[in-house]
Amino acid sequence: MKDMLLQVEPLIPALRRYARALVRNRANADDLVQDCLERAVSRWYQRRDGDVRAWLFTILHNLAVNQFRQSASRGRHVPIDETNEDNFGEAAAQEQKLMVQDVLNKLARLPEDQRAVLLLVAVEDLSYADAAKVLNIPVGTVMSRLSRARERLQQEIEGIADNISTNVVPLRSEK
Amino acid sequence: MNHRPITEDDLHAYVDRVLEPERQAEVAAYLGDHPDVAKRVAAFTDQRDLLRAALAPIAEEPLPAELNLSRIIENRARRPSVARWAMAAMLLLSIGGLGGWAVRGALQASPEGLVALAQEATASYNVYAPDRVRPVEVRASDSAQLVQWVSDRLHRPVKVPDLAASGYRLMGGRLVATQHGPAAMFMYDDDHGSRLVVLTRPMSSADQNAPMTSQSQGDVRGFAWADDGVGYSLVGHAAPESLRPIANEVRRQARPI
Repeated sequence: MKDMLLQVEPLIPALRRYARALVRNRANADDLVQDCLERAVSRWYQRRDGDVRAWLFTILHNLAVNQFRQSASRGRHVPIDETNEDNFGEAAAQEQKLMVQDVLNKLARLPEDQRAVLLLVAVEDLSYADAAKVLNIPVGTVMSRLSRARERLQQEIEGIADNISTNVVPLRSEK
Repeated sequence: MNHRPITEDDLHAYVDRVLEPERQAEVAAYLGDHPDVAKRVAAFTDQRDLLRAALAPIAEEPLPAELNLSRIIENRARRPSVARWAMAAMLLLSIGGLGGWAVRGALQASPEGLVALAQEATASYNVYAPDRVRPVEVRASDSAQLVQWVSDRLHRPVKVPDLAASGYRLMGGRLVATQHGPAAMFMYDDDHGSRLVVLTRPMSSADQNAPMTSQSQGDVRGFAWADDGVGYSLVGHAAPESLRPIANEVRRQARPI
């Protein structure tokens, strides 16, 4: 168990960050991470060779998806922090700090599968192959979801009013 | 020069800084010639920087006590809760009568579905393992038929674990009735004739996933767990130390992760 401690402990902050960004609720996110760590402890000797980080993110992601499914079937929505969305006027948006908060609000509007891929790749630095493993999808699907996620987030950031802008030139049509 | 065409995937890999240096330079040169695409790529890069900046503080927060890994490992080592529940349940049930019946209701309402599963496995073991005439309904020689049958009844593909590496041969199996619907039972024996039972069935929605816990009722011991909605219990007349690696093997085969 000592090698487990050495390999897993340093990754807990990143697992928290991913869980929080995905479910947007601190208590729920930490519960998921706790479940994830408990499963990791109980399965440590059963894991296949490979990247421990990808393995942990896989466990965490599956737990999060189960939670999404359960709350969806109960008709309860994952709480999304919409606080003072209206306060982000054009002037305020100049400020880096507010933009940072704002980008999380925008991110929350993305479908869960797009959010997951963007977070794993752009924030958690998983390789495309590892992200594919975590999400249990082909790498090609990772790429198309990543592309959709970035386009969608950009639309959110630019706002509906900017959608008429012709500056956005996708290189290929979305699947 | 003969460059490979720049793809959408290259643009994302450029944003994520995972291209080989040479390709990175090619994409950069392409972007220099295509301001529209460059603008889009710059926006994606800004997104990435913003997201990282916005989420970085979460990873800086001190870990709450519940996420202390040493503590989780320790708690697990001394967690007897499920086994204790099972023993308490059996004790109360054995008192019998209305009291036991009422407790049964209370336990069913409890979220601990593994207890029920382990009880079902133990009950099957107690009934079928001592049977010298017909311990299994479908023999191992007809295992394809067995798999088809139980998969149909459980409405999901069921794999028969192969425990040859642990010294146990499949004898066969059957469908058994439980309070929670049909379950598939597989029986194994070793060269000394000692038998093991693996019982599997779908779990209720509350117990889709549950870590492996040790179970014992009388001198029948074993382990139970649930992965992705399917519960498993392995029981036998053997020491938990010898059963645990076999349970791990069953779990690994059923759902490698």
